[in-house]
Amino acid sequence: MSNIKTQASEEQLAYAGVLNIGMWLGLAIMVITFFIYVSGVLPSFVPISDLPKYWGLRVHDFNVKLHAPTGWGWAPLVGMGDYLNFIGIAMLSGLTILCYMVILPILVRKKDTAYVVIAIAEILVLSLAASGLLKVGGH
Amino acid sequence: MIMLFAITLGTATAAFAAHDAAPGLAAAPTATTPGHGGHAAAPMASAVPESTAPWWIWPLALFIVTFILGILAVLGGVGGGVLFVPIVGGFFPFHIDFVRGAGLLVALAGALAAGPGLLKRNLASLRLAIPVALIASSAAIGGAMIGLALSANVINTLLGATILFIVVIMATAKKSDFPVVPKPDALSQSLGIMGIYREESLGKDVEWTVHKTPMGLALFVVIGIMAGMFGLGAGWANVPVLNLLMGAPLKISVATSKFLLSITDTSAAWVYLNQGAVLPMIVVPSLVGIMLGSMIGVKILAKSKPKAIKWMVIGLLLFAGLRSLLKGLEIWK
Repeated sequence: MSNIKTQASEEQLAYAGVLNIGMWLGLAIMVITFFIYVSGVLPSFVPISDLPKYWGLRVHDFNVKLHAPTGWGWAPLVGMGDYLNFIGIAMLSGLTILCYMVILPILVRKKDTAYVVIAIAEILVLSLAASGLLKVGGH
Repeated sequence: MIMLFAITLGTATAAFAAHDAAPGLAAAPTATTPGHGGHAAAPMASAVPESTAPWWIWPLALFIVTFILGILAVLGGVGGGVLFVPIVGGFFPFHIDFVRGAGLLVALAGALAAGPGLLKRNLASLRLAIPVALIASSAAIGGAMIGLALSANVINTLLGATILFIVVIMATAKKSDFPVVPKPDALSQSLGIMGIYREESLGKDVEWTVHKTPMGLALFVVIGIMAGMFGLGAGWANVPVLNLLMGAPLKISVATSKFLLSITDTSAAWVYLNQGAVLPMIVVPSLVGIMLGSMIGVKILAKSKPKAIKWMVIGLLLFAGLRSLLKGLEIWK
């Protein structure tokens, strides 16, 4: 049996709430878009039956050979079955940034300066990673 | 026994499918007509041999294997990635680049699925996770960029050696269920990294705090780099550092580690996603499987005993580490 001492903090519960909704929404979108993908209703960038020919390639070779997009280049291709799945994947990948933005006002209100600074820094770090500005050379 | 049976069943499915496709394995893949403006090209000598099994065999096998891994990952306080990457990389026909990209998303999804429950039950601590996550997630970006530039054999060898090292540490630890923290350090005190949680297996409230926080944060730089480099969730290292070094109770360490993965892996996953190392046909079945498995695992974790969790993590990591090391050395291909 829990008591007030063992209960989670306000920001912790807020984080959990947003995380829960976002997780279910992202999962639902992924399942729906995946079934659209495998059903063949939409054309795919790489035909599903051809995938076994390419998924053994290094990613650099895959991209070069198929002229596959990198960064946010997939966004204009969401009309294609495979890249349609990226909507749900991007949602789940971006959910943490949203959670931090939700708890930031709570931390500010509590005057928890150290954690406000840390949370802002984290938002910036994750946004940089998501931006597509960071490039890697092929090996 | 159930875990060993489940893993054996899943990998046997993949192995039999590969066996059925044996005539096709000798040939390197060639690109013929890609789906969007393609052209013919020469075979790639460094690629994984192509399987001629029906394409749907692999997504189905991935779903089964990752569902089981999802349950085991929560109980063990590790991301699904540490088990996913060597097992899928070892027994499925996908290149390690795509396996690592999927592994990070798999670990991320498992953490996202387990996170709400662990946070609400106050088993995962936001105050402990947030400072650590900043360090680890920043380092993971660098690790991901390094990892995508290294060859597969180097990655597998380093990954295997690292996991085996962690297994040794965890197996030789003398006390970890409720570590004694004589005095919290100045940094943890100033940040208010402490808490109280309900230990259901003992039926009492347990107060906890941490020490050696600066050293712990320094180690999380290394952990973050390795997580991004190997496509792992970093739970394999999070738990020992939080528990053995910083002195957080094992259950708090396991739960906070699981939650922490959702932040660390987000940064690394974006790097892999932006480099194109994400294939939905690999990611989605794996991700759905592990998310469903993780939800089951959360319900079991609150009632489990710390000692049982510790030894299960050790067993799982030993298997995963050996497989990766031997693959990297081309002994067990």
